[in-house]
Amino acid sequence: MSTGLSKTGLSDAGQSAGLHVLGRLDQVPVGEGRAFGVDGEQIAVFRLRDGSLRALSAVCPHKGGPIADGTIDQALVMCPLHQHSFELDTGCSTTGAGPLRSYPVHADGEGNIILQLP
Amino acid sequence: MTAVASRSARTKTVDSRRRLVVIGNGMAGARAVEEILARGGGVQYRITMFGDEPYGNYNRIMLSHVLSGEESAGDIFLNSLAWYRENDITLHAGVRAEKIDRFARLVFSDDGRATPYDVLVIATGSRSHLPPMDGLYTPGGLLRPGVFAFRTIDDTHGMVSYAQQDHHHRAVVIGGGLLGLEAARGLQSHGIDVEVVHSGGHLMNAQMGPDGGAVLRRSVEALGIRVHTGSRTTAILGDDRVRGVRLRDMPDIGCDMVVVAAGIRPNVEVAVTSGLPVERAIVVDDQMRVPDEDEIYAVGECVQHRGEVYGLVAPLWEQASVLADHVTGANPKAAYLGTRTATKLKVAGVDVASMGLQAPERDTDEHVVFSEPSRGVFKSIVIRDSKIVGATLLGDSRKVAYLTQAFDRGLPLPEERVSLLFDVGGPAEEAGVAELGGDAQVCNCNGVSKQALVDTVAGGCNTLAGVMDATRAGKGCGSCKLLVRQVVEWAADGAVAEDPAASYYVPGVPLEKAALMKAIREQNLHSVSAVFAALAPGGTEDAKSKMGLASLLKMMWAGEYVDERDARFVNDRVHANIQRDGTFSVVPQMKGGVTSPEQLRRIADVADKYRIPMVKLTGGQRIDLLGVPKEDLPRVWADLDMPSGYAYGKSFRTVKTCVGKEFCRYGTGDSTRLGIEIESRFQGIESPAKLKLAVSGCPRNCAESLVKDVGVVAVEGGRWEIYVGGAAGAHIRKGDLLATVDSPETVKLLTGRFMQYYRERANWLERTYAFVPRVGIEHLRSVIVDDAEGIAAQLDAAMQESVDAYVDPWTERDDPFTPGQFRTSLPLEVLPQVPVR
Ligand code: SRM
Ligand SMILES: Cc1cc2nc3c(=O)[nH]c(=O)nc-3n(C[C@H](O)[C@H](O)[C@H](O)COP(=O)(O)OP(=O)(O)OC[C@H]3O[C@@H](n4cnc5c(N)ncnc54)[C@H](O)[C@@H]3O)c2cc1C
Ligand code: SF4
Ligand code: FES
Repeated sequence: MSTGLSKTGLSDAGQSAGLHVLGRLDQVPVGEGRAFGVDGEQIAVFRLRDGSLRALSAVCPHKGGPIADGTIDQALVMCPLHQHSFELDTGCSTTGAGPLRSYPVHADGEGNIILQLP
Repeated sequence: MTAVASRSARTKTVDSRRRLVVIGNGMAGARAVEEILARGGGVQYRITMFGDEPYGNYNRIMLSHVLSGEESAGDIFLNSLAWYRENDITLHAGVRAEKIDRFARLVFSDDGRATPYDVLVIATGSRSHLPPMDGLYTPGGLLRPGVFAFRTIDDTHGMVSYAQQDHHHRAVVIGGGLLGLEAARGLQSHGIDVEVVHSGGHLMNAQMGPDGGAVLRRSVEALGIRVHTGSRTTAILGDDRVRGVRLRDMPDIGCDMVVVAAGIRPNVEVAVTSGLPVERAIVVDDQMRVPDEDEIYAVGECVQHRGEVYGLVAPLWEQASVLADHVTGANPKAAYLGTRTATKLKVAGVDVASMGLQAPERDTDEHVVFSEPSRGVFKSIVIRDSKIVGATLLGDSRKVAYLTQAFDRGLPLPEERVSLLFDVGGPAEEAGVAELGGDAQVCNCNGVSKQALVDTVAGGCNTLAGVMDATRAGKGCGSCKLLVRQVVEWAADGAVAEDPAASYYVPGVPLEKAALMKAIREQNLHSVSAVFAALAPGGTEDAKSKMGLASLLKMMWAGEYVDERDARFVNDRVHANIQRDGTFSVVPQMKGGVTSPEQLRRIADVADKYRIPMVKLTGGQRIDLLGVPKEDLPRVWADLDMPSGYAYGKSFRTVKTCVGKEFCRYGTGDSTRLGIEIESRFQGIESPAKLKLAVSGCPRNCAESLVKDVGVVAVEGGRWEIYVGGAAGAHIRKGDLLATVDSPETVKLLTGRFMQYYRERANWLERTYAFVPRVGIEHLRSVIVDDAEGIAAQLDAAMQESVDAYVDPWTERDDPFTPGQFRTSLPLEVLPQVPVR
């Protein structure tokens, strides 16, 4: 095991511009998040308890905390270091920190995570 | 019983409430009744009040403003007559109570009534003291027209209308204390020329020393009020009307009216004639009860408590609440222990603050003084053992908030004493609230400034919890919570709303702990998601509530708990403590702080192999391997082959021990062995907050048992003392002695029973240092040692179940619980790195 970050390249044929297949959905346990390195960016993907996905930038704007290790509910993720909270839909902080970037993400019919980079 | 009592008892068969009678309808009496009603006393008691003033209750303090015309009498009522009606209180206004029959339990009043009581409260306050002098009274024994006391609305109205008569120009105020100066200033606003005659050597000699008094005199004289100190008034002159006063050893002063403000005397006549104990005032105990009289309480300026008689309102608020706790049974343990009065007043337009000693008393006392009479500024502070024991501030109240705090709480003082008087450089972190600069950091953990708090309040958030959520102030170590509360209260100007959520166990489920546990049990909810679905409004999950619920459910269901990993905080998902750079620390179990060469060798090998950046001895007597990447955790644990020390959880942590009797020449008990046994038994038990224990082999206490959640001390004769609720972290508290027992077995039993009781009753994140004083050591002792509630067996069984359900979490190294459990979440390269030593 090296860094443990799943690097998913764009080089595979069949991917349209900006769309990335991050791999199997079951890498992310229900109610938790996992970090992915995508095209040089660090992205945290969360799988909510209702089954839907959200993706935010993985580094807390406060002091660099690992967002994927945060605790989530249907609406928010709380950074594990100093408990700043961010909206899962928009990345906006509800506690006065700077925003995280949010990315469109969904699961396809075959159970793969599909992320769109702008 | 007398005829009166039994007749009224018969006619009132419909009303089974007990009868509460209050004598005195002033600030203390009415406040006591309000406090009683607030505790549901209206259901227990039929309330009757006697007041010899013909009004409802008003704010006596504001009479100075009524005198000066700033406020009308109608504006200062605290309880109007309608309030009494609405609260079903019978008020006999303008009626004086004259005598109590303690045996028949009757109050006789001057309207001929005999009123039965079950509980009696005496709140007769005090009256103006009129020192003996000629010409004070008419031959009929009434106060002479043109002579006034200053205590009531009627006194004040009398003065105003007299002062406004055209031919009255000059007044003499007898008394240069707080009241006299207020009266003088008030009369001035009616165009009256005022002189103050004071028998003391300087003004306000009850509150300050001669130097302060001299500065105050200058300020008062600058207002156009002449002052004569060291002068005793011997007579009031004039036949038909007041024409002047005669002073001892000084020329007469001509005047048209005289106001006597020469101190107050408690109203104790009713108590004296009724045979109650009266010294300087009516004697009461810490329950505000008259000694040996189970049904008679007294409150306010008419009482003497532990030798003190108070003349200000702050103490009587505290007294009224203790009284109400007892009268209603709301808190039978409430005790009034006296008030350290610090007063902050505006006297005749001059800011005056005074607390404690006026001047040094011992050779070793320090005295810091600053005096600038031309500006009317004087500051004096008396310091003993680096704590403020007295202060006087005149003409500049900027440091008052901070000094009052330092005085009340005995805060340590800055080395540079001059900063007590002035802001030299930036304000210290503990400075008073009003004077803190906007950029001053209130929460040092989360870096929240005062301005940020103020802005949040201004933005419409007016609950403490709301402001804490929005800013995260007070959410770190918590030691600034008090200051945060003060800033919020200050910013909201008193309009802080009580937050209903403050009593919830977790914020997202609107239930207190007991109700929450009951619902969980009744509805058989075994997982956090089930609790949200069944009990949260709209079934909505709440991230902030998850960790608390997970801990509670594990405690309640032990082996039957359905463990949803997303409900855990990251530390509990990976069984290690997250660090600032997203790596983790690994603290293996080292029971009782005892290790072996073999263990140390393994730790050293692991540190080498994984290039652990720092190896450190912890304050909990074990070894911490810091800076371990998440993905290395399973292999580090495997190579260590030691169980988790739970240094990350809200759970039982460690037992510190000392060497004890095996080696130490003073040891009287085998503390090391007992510590290891306790740690083996309770390892990993989750609880509302951390549990840190210690066992010491003798009262020298080398394992610091007195400041632990549970601390055990061996004492001579093979006995062991058990202390609970101690702390020495963000808060310092010496533990309370729970029991002294004969055997290590009993220590373990009671320790487990205490911890289980704490697990079931404490609020989420409430350490034992807060829980123990909240429920009280006597109560704990009765439940845990004497089994007064008959639940000891139940507690023991519940604890045993948790003990049996223990599994070392580090065994998950071979079989991760979730996919990617130990996969890194952080882009190490952009994060601050822990320096390698
Ligand atoms: C490692 C250790 C410091 C050390 O190097 O010695 C330590 C480290 C931390 N302490 Fe501590 N405490 C350590 C002993 C103590 C002690 C002393 C003791 O246990 O004898 C205290 C005072 C005793 C007490 O708890 O009352 C102590 C009082 C605190 C507090 C204040 C708790 C309080 O309410 O008073 C916190 C904050 C909290 O719990 O919210 C805290 C929180 C922390 C945290 C967990 C902060 C956090 O949440 O990340 C620190 C983890 C650092 C890290 O990166 O791993 N630590 N901490 C000690 C571990 C002991 C162990 O072996 O388990
Ligand atoms: C002008 C003025 C300014 C003040 N300024 C301040 C200030 O700035 N700060 C401060 O802390 N304090 C101040 N005080 C003091 C404060 O008002 C008193 O501490 C407070 O009112 C005491 O409350 P109490 O209920 O004990 O007495 P009171 O308020 O005097 O109430 C006692 C009541 O009982 C009635 N009563 C007495 N005997 C009987 C009887 N036998 N039967 C029926 N009724 C009876 C009295 O008529 C009175 O209404 C000031 C007082 C005055 C007069
Ligand atoms: S180890 Fe404890 S005292 Fe030291 S920085 Fe961390 S929390 Fe503060
Ligand atoms: S690093 Fe995320 S809250 Fe501080």
